Amino acid sequence: MKTAIGPDIVEGQTMLQEIYHDSPRQDHKRKIRWTAILLAGYLLAARPVFGNSEDPSQVPNMFKPQSTPAHSIFHLSLFVLAICAVIFVIVFSLLTYSVIKFRRRANDDGREPPPIYGSNQIELAWTVIPVLIVLVLFLATARVIHGIQQAKKPAEAIEVIAIGHQFWWEFRYPALGVLTANELHVPVSDPSHPTPTFITLLSADTDHSFWVPRLAGKTDLIPNHENHMWIDPDEPGIFIGQCAQYCGTQHAKMLLRVYVDSPEQFKKWVQEQSKPAQVSESAKEGRRIFETTACINCHAVSGTVADGRFGPDLTHLMSRDTIASGAATNTFENLRLWIHDPETIKPGSLMPAMNLNQKDLDAVTAYLETLR
Amino acid sequence: MASETIALTAAHDVSQPIGTILHDWVTTVDHKKLGILYILYALVFLVIGGIEATIMRIQLIVPHNHFVSPQVFNRMFTMHGTTMIFFVAMPILFGFGNYLIPLMIGARDMAFPRLNAWSFWLTAFGGLLLYFSFVGGNGLYGAGTAPDVGWFAYAPLTATAFSMGHSTDFWTLGLLVSGFGSIGTAVNILATIVCLRCPGMTLGKMPLFAWLNLVMAAMVLLAISPLTAAQIMLSLDRFLGAHFFDTQAGGSAVMWMHFFWIFGHPEVYVLVIPAFAFASEIIPVFSRKPIFGYPVMVAATVCIGFVGFSVWAHHMFTVGMNSYANSFFTITTMAIGVPTGIKIFNWIGTMWGGKIIFKTPMLFCIAFLFQFLIAGLTGIMLSAAPFDWQLGNSYFVVAHFHYVIVGGILFTLFGAFYYWFPKMSGRMYNETLGRWHFWLFFIGFHLTFDFMHVPGLLGMPRRIYTYEPGRGWEIWNLICTVGVVFQIAGTFVFIGNLLWSYFKGKAAGNDPWDAWTLEWSTSSPPVEYNFARIPVVKSRRPLWDIKHPEDPDWKYE
Repeated sequence: MKTAIGPDIVEGQTMLQEIYHDSPRQDHKRKIRWTAILLAGYLLAARPVFGNSEDPSQVPNMFKPQSTPAHSIFHLSLFVLAICAVIFVIVFSLLTYSVIKFRRRANDDGREPPPIYGSNQIELAWTVIPVLIVLVLFLATARVIHGIQQAKKPAEAIEVIAIGHQFWWEFRYPALGVLTANELHVPVSDPSHPTPTFITLLSADTDHSFWVPRLAGKTDLIPNHENHMWIDPDEPGIFIGQCAQYCGTQHAKMLLRVYVDSPEQFKKWVQEQSKPAQVSESAKEGRRIFETTACINCHAVSGTVADGRFGPDLTHLMSRDTIASGAATNTFENLRLWIHDPETIKPGSLMPAMNLNQKDLDAVTAYLETLR
Repeated sequence: MASETIALTAAHDVSQPIGTILHDWVTTVDHKKLGILYILYALVFLVIGGIEATIMRIQLIVPHNHFVSPQVFNRMFTMHGTTMIFFVAMPILFGFGNYLIPLMIGARDMAFPRLNAWSFWLTAFGGLLLYFSFVGGNGLYGAGTAPDVGWFAYAPLTATAFSMGHSTDFWTLGLLVSGFGSIGTAVNILATIVCLRCPGMTLGKMPLFAWLNLVMAAMVLLAISPLTAAQIMLSLDRFLGAHFFDTQAGGSAVMWMHFFWIFGHPEVYVLVIPAFAFASEIIPVFSRKPIFGYPVMVAATVCIGFVGFSVWAHHMFTVGMNSYANSFFTITTMAIGVPTGIKIFNWIGTMWGGKIIFKTPMLFCIAFLFQFLIAGLTGIMLSAAPFDWQLGNSYFVVAHFHYVIVGGILFTLFGAFYYWFPKMSGRMYNETLGRWHFWLFFIGFHLTFDFMHVPGLLGMPRRIYTYEPGRGWEIWNLICTVGVVFQIAGTFVFIGNLLWSYFKGKAAGNDPWDAWTLEWSTSSPPVEYNFARIPVVKSRRPLWDIKHPEDPDWKYE
């Protein structure tokens, strides 16, 4: 079953992860060396992993923030960690000292140590000091809570509606007329001229949670309960996340990718996504099969009869790097396998096996490959 | 007084037919036998819950593993959580409470012996009902066997649309039934401690063990009730078409969260306060000093009991509460760290200037102090709402609460086993095996749960049956799984030690630890009526007064 995902991609991915685990800006030489290894990795692999991988950091490390909410949480966490570290060192030392110092020695005289029942002064001290620490921690925390939750939405903000489904993400850009799935595209936000993305979070079925650690903390998507969050990534790249609230069988493979594009790239992407599907003559047979089977009950392709809404919109399927909410790379083989037997890629997903014969399967896959 | 408090020697067990013995245990209303039944029952479920955890750790040892299917994995974490909380931790703590409270307060039994038996059997059958789901949960073909909704069973995953068959119903009914058992035991503990203390034992002279169990029982009464109410509502949803939590029909998913966590967070204190009770008995005896700051310890516990009911929504920082609600639950959660910290300081104060004896019970309690310190500090990190937006529902949280439950509660429980085993069985445990158990479990615990924090920081959410390679999570998951091997080995040594010592251990005598509370004044194991004559106490350490008539506690307290 591993082959479904393609074992050839694993090697390349591991290297990417190793490279970007260290900040690439800090050590230029190392970067060059690693770039060479990366290229070698790519050569070894049969094909590039993800087509569009300028910043493919695969580690969703919350301590490498790249957006204001994640930054302010990061700074708060350093403060909290520092205070906790001080408390830890003090109490740990006291404990260790008392355990070692007051152990019964081998030459013990057998007499009981003097009983001490307590001391009000000491009790008062170790009540008041923690109260003061708590107060400081609380004030620092409250500041960050309000800073993130009550941020004003600028006029230039991009608005996105994210809808959680069992086990994929739907993204709508109401002002831009774009509809996509699983791979969220947002523009990079220049601090001098911010274009943050404000996300409204909804759910079509069970609870989910939108979590891309390098961009922001998580916020849940709950049916009948509208939630909001925002991000303003300051560098282009791909940011990895996934559903962080147990939502059913395939919670684990409800992966999430956020593409932070340069303003030009983003504009171009929006233009392409706004176009109706381009249907080529060569894929006519595949289109016929697609439109006369159960596919269209769940999937939509704009400009055709397919208008199902239970599954991801396929109008621009080939513009996405992954299928099945990030469970597999978007290649012909994977796509074909996904239509033929989704259980091998994502057991328990709601996509049914289509039971097409080999010829029809190839034709449908070829048709989908034309949806750019 | 010494000779009076010491009971008549127990009539030596003459061999009886097995049927008679079984009948005796099944129909017993004796608090000691019920206590042992609770403990044995919980030990069986501890092994089952441990097997479920092991299956999960094997599945997560490498990315894209195929040891179990996602469906099985989801059942495993649901059953592991439910089992460990409701059918291991609660019964085992109730078992120790049941056994020890009447002995410690100089009573002959619990206030309501029949209610006691009824409560135990309700809990027992609740667990069987839950596990019957493996057989009977398959209401519709292929619709699952054991429940797979997670131990907090968030709506609407439990609605009929998303949970077909009857697995969720077994979960609901199992918890409903055992919940009634818990309420019965809580009433019983409250009544016993309030009404049955021996002459001279004012509230201020009770052993801390009794005080802490009193607070725990009050919390059980208040916390289990909303859970019971929510389970009934959920059943109405599932069977009679009510729409409390059915979001497809306009119900509220968030309301379930509130109901669950107003139970769920106090529940943590319900479990940890008895653990504090064990530590508060064991640490003084093995430091040879009375507990430091007794009134403050009591006040801190009562304070935890109250504040514990105002922190529940820190489990819900990510569900979109407004900034004021988030701030409120941040400050209450941080505030509860103060009385908890005071407790740790007082235990240090107890050891300070003492002569610490490193027997197995004390080893477990010292490890508890270190581990609970870390658990408390990660708790402070999680209490800061924005930090929780990152850490919540990640493996960091999993590591944090296992630090509380395993590093805190289970370690003191092991300590309690070794400390009171001589009293319950009349025989000493094997000290060498006890040390082996401690070190194996200590190493295993730290391998598993120290390193479990890291993948959380690197963005690994909990409850995923597999993960992608290249996320930086592989090595940490591998180490976590390796730790399990040590924990399993430690558990085998523990069970082996109990069995060996029960049959072959040296006779313990009444008071092997030279301890100070009343249970050590009677025979080991205690006779059915506990005390030949009801003791009269003058201080918190009645046996100290007897052993040191020249320097009794009551002159100073």
